Amino acid sequence: MGTFRYAAPNTLDEALSALAAPGESRPLAGGTDLIDQLRTGRRGADVVVDLKLVPELQRMVSDDRGLHIGAARSCTDVRDHAQVARQYQGLFESAGLIGSIQIQNRAAIGGNVCNAAPSADIVPALLVHDAIAVIASKKGKREVPLAGFFVGPGKTVLEKGQILLELILPAPAPNSASAYLRFIPRNEMDIAVAGVGSYLELDPATRIVKRARIALAAVAPTPVRARMAEMALEGREINDALIDAASGAAVQAARPITDVRGSADYRKELVQVLTRRTLRTCVERILS
Amino acid sequence: MPKVPLRFSVNAEQKEIMVEPYWTLLRTLRDELMLTGTKEGCSNGNCGACTVMVDGKTVNSCLVLAPEVSGQEVLTVEGIARNGKLSRVQEAFVQEGALQCGFCTPGFIVSTTALLHRIPNPTEEEIRLNLAGNLCRCTGYDKIVRAVQRAAGS
Repeated sequence: MGTFRYAAPNTLDEALSALAAPGESRPLAGGTDLIDQLRTGRRGADVVVDLKLVPELQRMVSDDRGLHIGAARSCTDVRDHAQVARQYQGLFESAGLIGSIQIQNRAAIGGNVCNAAPSADIVPALLVHDAIAVIASKKGKREVPLAGFFVGPGKTVLEKGQILLELILPAPAPNSASAYLRFIPRNEMDIAVAGVGSYLELDPATRIVKRARIALAAVAPTPVRARMAEMALEGREINDALIDAASGAAVQAARPITDVRGSADYRKELVQVLTRRTLRTCVERILS
Repeated sequence: MPKVPLRFSVNAEQKEIMVEPYWTLLRTLRDELMLTGTKEGCSNGNCGACTVMVDGKTVNSCLVLAPEVSGQEVLTVEGIARNGKLSRVQEAFVQEGALQCGFCTPGFIVSTTALLHRIPNPTEEEIRLNLAGNLCRCTGYDKIVRAVQRAAGS
């Protein structure tokens, strides 16, 4: 482990000052990625700024804009929140399958987002719920749609002195549901070969899709929305044939690589299968 | 790097020690407090040999910085037995022979204790899912699962 100082500020202002100071500063929430990176020397730090005592990063409240989830909240916190289980099923599912119980108890939702792994399990679920990222710096706050937050593997729009403060998830419409599925060789403690999050909103009388969102993990340099698949669904009556067509269209958004976890072709197959399954799950959840 | 004071509770005992800010909780427990029941396996959060509870929740102590637990309650495997008497989880691991080399056992004991607190009568699937963050390279897990079931039933 390299040597570094540690700061645990109690206010957002102090935290932002500490992160903006000269030298290499690293924000810490769950630490499940950062501490390993510091130990192995993949990242260095002059100071590690623990954000868990900053109240704004621990906020978990609902208002007219939707559900606000502070970036330092753990996967376990997210999963244990009754509103998440009820209204954001895909997020509930993804928060419960990251790493192990030990990892979920520590790993922060903001860390999973800011680490910007293409395979991040929480991100597709956030994308299909049209999450908004609130970024804070000494200059103030700004909001960006999460879909525009990722630049490349491990890279986001965040600059020095900026942190992800919270995510805002708009309240889902009535007659809607989401789902997340990933494929991995074992059920726990592994990284997705491919992951798919889906969100559907239906007219219950006609079964016409009013709104569709599909997002893919581990098949492109960043998490991506499958917009052609969404367009294939919207305005049409949901049925097996439409789901199959949309699942095929979702593959167009995938630009996978071949690596130790799977070949590019295999990943494309997985996108199709997982899209079909998550869409079917959404329909079942809406109609049940 | 100047050391910083750390006040926290370990196995219900208040401690005040000086730590380097970059020490992990694992190193602090083992090398400063001589609580060597907590093992260092992979050092990156995969194997679970270093599992302890912090404020009642299991964590990989290799992925926690010592200063992070300021004011918090840490429970290690040394704090599971009470007054020299093994807990029902430890007793069940002995009865089922749920260990061979024993290196992973402290982590399994801590994770199982937390699991049975959360789910008193887990199914086999729940046991395997909840203990997925603890690796054993000897037993093949069946005896561990039986030990958890025995502890749940006792």
